[in-house]
Amino acid sequence: MSPFAVVLVIGLGTYVIRLSFIGIVGARPVPEWAAAPLRYVAPAVLAALIAPAVMLNGGTLDLSPASNPRFLAAVLAGLAVWRLGNVIWAVIVGMGSLWLLQWLL
Amino acid sequence: MGDGPITARSVASNAAADGAKDVAPILIGVIPFGLITGVAAGASVLGDGLGWAMSFIIFAGAAQLATIELFDAGAVTAVIIATALVINSRHMMYSAALAPSFGAFSARWRFGLPYLLTDQAFAVSLLRFQDVTDATYRRWYYLGGAISLWITWQVTTAAGVVFGAVIPDAWNLGFAIPLVFLALLIPAVTSRPGLVAATVGAGIAIAAAGAPYTTGLIIGAVAGIAAGMIAERWWS
Repeated sequence: MSPFAVVLVIGLGTYVIRLSFIGIVGARPVPEWAAAPLRYVAPAVLAALIAPAVMLNGGTLDLSPASNPRFLAAVLAGLAVWRLGNVIWAVIVGMGSLWLLQWLL
Repeated sequence: MGDGPITARSVASNAAADGAKDVAPILIGVIPFGLITGVAAGASVLGDGLGWAMSFIIFAGAAQLATIELFDAGAVTAVIIATALVINSRHMMYSAALAPSFGAFSARWRFGLPYLLTDQAFAVSLLRFQDVTDATYRRWYYLGGAISLWITWQVTTAAGVVFGAVIPDAWNLGFAIPLVFLALLIPAVTSRPGLVAATVGAGIAIAAAGAPYTTGLIIGAVAGIAAGMIAERWWS
């Protein structure tokens, strides 16, 4: 499958998911077998995306600020979002502390 | 609302303006997200054209970023498609929550409006629909907010693709991707089972990082979802 075809399939699938109840099923409650997993999609998926990107260094777990400053920078960014509540603070604090740590260490 | 006679047209334009106004503060968060997605897309194996075309074919930031990362990691087609659709499956909840408001619209509206569905358009619309029941107002309010978000996404991702090419690699801008996900994760953890889902998702994704066919992400996600469901039963 060409990359374009893959993107197209994802786009069509996403549209069908968005259309599901509005256009096809109608105004009916989501059955519990579907609602129960959907409650945990966002936290599970996002954490699974973040953890390897900030906690692994060359494929192994590394939380040391000296050899893997991305982990400490992500912790600081997380605290900033928690207190200040906007995506822009995550980027400013996270990138800023990464650059600072790389410069210091 | 204006002082003139209340026509369907004035309801529609006022509603669209209200929707656009209510998403305006949210755009401050969408702009860096779009720029980063554009930068990542332009730097990926997808290249500038397809990297930007994702923005109107898929139109979902987290799924676009995950798709980009998986393409770069050389993941197989089935894994890329499954991961993106699992990430976007949350839209089914939004569709179900909006269906009572949108169900009576003509087919053209019912099939057109869902293309523009996003976390943000859903959130502002559901809040406003608690107070306003007028069908014309509702669809134009949603459309005004959703189109503002769509235009912002197209423009910022295109800008990211264009300007990303001149940003030096030493800036490590790729690190902004997990930071954006972190900003989405923290408000998404609203309960103890949610915290369990996130913790297990993270732990299993790390443990499975070396899994064949770059299936680590989807294994972590599915394990996290299952753990959240088990925790919910445990505490109920």
